Amino acid sequence: MSFASCDPRAAWLMRLGDTTLVLGHRMTEWLSRAPTLEEDIALANLGLDLIGQTRLFYTRACELEGGARDETDLAYRRAEPDYRNPLLVEQPNGNFADTMARHLIFAGFATPLYQRLAASCDAETAGIATRSARETTYHLRHAGEWMIRLGDGTDESHERAQAALDDLWPYVPELFEADDLDRAVAASGFGVDPSTLRDDFDAAVDDVLARARLAKPAEPRGQRGGKAGRHSEHLGHILAELQYLQRAYPDARW
Amino acid sequence: MYAQGLNSTDPAAVEAEDPDRLAAFQARIDAEEKIEPNDWMPAQYRRTLVRQISQHAHSEVIGMQPEGNWVTRAPTLARKAQLLAKIQDEAGHGLYLYSAAETLGVTREALYDQLLSGRAKYSSIFNYPTLNYADMGAIGWLVDGAAIMNQIPLCRCSYGPYARAMILVCKEESFHQRQGYAIMVAMCRGSAEQRAMAQDALNRFWQPSIMMFGPHDSNSTHSELSMKWKIKRFTNDGLRRKFIDATVPQAHSLGLTIPDPDLRFNEATGHWEHGAIDWDEFARVLGGDGPCNRQRLKHRRAAEAEGAWVREAAAAYAAKRRGANERAA
Amino acid sequence: MTETATPLWEVFVRPRNGLAHRHVGSLHAHDAMMALQAARDVYTRRGETLSIWVVPSSAIVASDPAEKDMMFEPTATKIYRHPTFYDVPDDVGHM
Repeated sequence: MSFASCDPRAAWLMRLGDTTLVLGHRMTEWLSRAPTLEEDIALANLGLDLIGQTRLFYTRACELEGGARDETDLAYRRAEPDYRNPLLVEQPNGNFADTMARHLIFAGFATPLYQRLAASCDAETAGIATRSARETTYHLRHAGEWMIRLGDGTDESHERAQAALDDLWPYVPELFEADDLDRAVAASGFGVDPSTLRDDFDAAVDDVLARARLAKPAEPRGQRGGKAGRHSEHLGHILAELQYLQRAYPDARW
Repeated sequence: MYAQGLNSTDPAAVEAEDPDRLAAFQARIDAEEKIEPNDWMPAQYRRTLVRQISQHAHSEVIGMQPEGNWVTRAPTLARKAQLLAKIQDEAGHGLYLYSAAETLGVTREALYDQLLSGRAKYSSIFNYPTLNYADMGAIGWLVDGAAIMNQIPLCRCSYGPYARAMILVCKEESFHQRQGYAIMVAMCRGSAEQRAMAQDALNRFWQPSIMMFGPHDSNSTHSELSMKWKIKRFTNDGLRRKFIDATVPQAHSLGLTIPDPDLRFNEATGHWEHGAIDWDEFARVLGGDGPCNRQRLKHRRAAEAEGAWVREAAAAYAAKRRGANERAA
Repeated sequence: MTETATPLWEVFVRPRNGLAHRHVGSLHAHDAMMALQAARDVYTRRGETLSIWVVPSSAIVASDPAEKDMMFEPTATKIYRHPTFYDVPDDVGHM
């Protein structure tokens, strides 16, 4: 089985699916650990949205590359370098501020991405993007409202929220750096060039940070590599857990 | 939903009530009227309900852990989403039930304190570990199945807010047992290893599941008052028999063996009869000495402690906004 | 570990156009926006909602059940408020 997709459209959709798969995994790690019962339910909703998006992106990618693989092959039967998610989403949950800061950055990126992708020349992809944009718009609201409360809450919460932003900001530039694949799918009218999304991201995030009394970190040189298959140490552990049953019992049907 | 037949009422405390009010109260119950939060009620009725509803809520919240143990390892994305949605429902049901208890004049914080300090009980089933993925099937099929037997009559409980919460719970929960049984079907139709997992799960969860209905009626001396007040509408043994009668054929359909050598069908009564239940183990697990009691509470305490600064931040932010609004007004 | 109680909110949802908001339950939140979001996450998980109201539980003023005779019995005797009280001749038909 060849793991990289030769169809650029499929390869690009897999990136989106890898991103929501990994972040969705992180959200499920919160289960029964949230600060309130209400928030446990809210975080599960975020996770369910991300798992749902993953299935749709993977399924469409598999159709576009000819149907030899399915969502389970993509989610469960590849190795670390085959996953092309940005490094941001594999960063550990940390404390609640770390998770909300990560989610604010993700949703601030994914929402304009999906909104533009809703105009894809591929009707299926456009439909998935429309639905997903509605979901991440709510994610942006939820993470944003929490960041405002943490930033403008107590001294302790402010410090934690600022530290979370400072720690995660090095993973922001990668989100918006276009590579050849991004440019190719954008040129064909199928996908979106992420470098065109930065203004929307800044507008959404700046508004939250101002209301949260949090300082926007200076633009770092940044950590990158996930989109090219070079990951942080964390992804291997995520996959070891995620893939455990499929790897241990390859003959099983679940 | 995981109510357990642990609840008792103290008849002595009832005798202290005003006999006229007590008689009028009983007349309303007998007429199948619902009792609502602001209505007069015997102190013992209130205490019994607070204890039963909060135990029920605690069970839902603690019950997130054994299934949560497999959500990151669920074998497909579809199974992962189903499991996550089910566990999320449990959090929701805990929330509905805490809300119902709060209408009786206790706060959720006080109920949490009772749970975290180890004073409150919750369903003993969640003190068992989930050791293989088929346990997700067994819990849905057996534990939720047993719970449904308990919760359907609770929809007609005499206390309005509890009954309404149970109606919502029942409506949402109708997929839980089927979700579990569907996992068992897939496991039993799968590889030899999967069938072994399914049998192993049944072996470990059968006894704890039938214990969920609580002690035998002959040893459950205080359930009389709960029945009289229509907080409880069926006896422990009656519900247990109903559950076993429904479940044994389902196990046979899966090709699994119920781990009870004395289990036999009584042609005369038309019911399945089970062997001895290890009530010493039940008492031990309920009393805090099950395989996971300490682990479950430690997990809950850690989550509460780690979330404290977040709740403080939300409170501080709200106070600042209120202050700002008052200054502006 | 006893904390200050988080405020309680009552949640009302309108499942379809044309229906009134109906009380579905309650939840805890520190402010109105968080209450609204929690209501969305807790009470609309099965997609049956067009609108949500959240109201601080402390803002609800309730009648006293002990006064129900005074409050509500008097209307029960005024049967002339109901259409069935009035006879209409058969040949007039439906009115």
